Amino acid sequence: MAKIYSNASQKKNLNLMPKDETISFLLNYSKALSVIDYNKLKFEALLN
Amino acid sequence: MKKELIQDAELVSNYIKGDENSLSILISRHKQRIYSFIYSKVYDRDITEDVFQDTFIKVIRTLKRGKYNEEGKFLPWVMRIAHNLVIDHFRKNSRMPKFDNAGEFSIFSVLSDSSLNAEKSMIKDQVESDVRRIIEELPEDQKQVLMMRMYQDMSFKEISERTGVSINTALGRMRYALINMRKVIDQNNIVLTN
Repeated sequence: MAKIYSNASQKKNLNLMPKDETISFLLNYSKALSVIDYNKLKFEALLN
Repeated sequence: MKKELIQDAELVSNYIKGDENSLSILISRHKQRIYSFIYSKVYDRDITEDVFQDTFIKVIRTLKRGKYNEEGKFLPWVMRIAHNLVIDHFRKNSRMPKFDNAGEFSIFSVLSDSSLNAEKSMIKDQVESDVRRIIEELPEDQKQVLMMRMYQDMSFKEISERTGVSINTALGRMRYALINMRKVIDQNNIVLTN
């Protein structure tokens, strides 16, 4: 019993971090996105 | 703690002014908390990755559109977006249940509770009452045939005998009843799906 209770119920080293590709995608997305204001209207443009 | 909040606010303001590097700092500062928060809800790496990405896409779009109200609450705001997207994910999945190939076979994936839940049963009642109201709009002869066919489950032969018209006339009235109902539904943009 002691052995069972002393076992951790979950793995501790899950390393919960997003992938580098995801971060890089987001940063590139941000750089490419521009919002254009025109007569109180906002247009989004994605420039590659 | 307070220092970090002020820094967040500054970074957000710099980002809105065009400093892309600020976003990079904000993401690397909070990525672990946000990612862990999403993972604690969905327990799936790929879904977490998707929700995390969608969260920041929303953040970026909102900031660039100038719709963000800085109150020193950047992280709670991002967490709220992530939380809403997690809810959206579960909603989408409950509409389209799929088999989970990753784990063991689960009997619950093939057994389903066929009884409607409260929301669905309310929608069903609404749809049925809408249909009834549309039927009321039909001309009397068409309404009569449709009611006999759909609600009393009579055959066209029985309908023709009861109403004293030929089977073809009864069929024609049924056809026009349906055409007219579709027209009313289209014209009024009525949604009759559960």
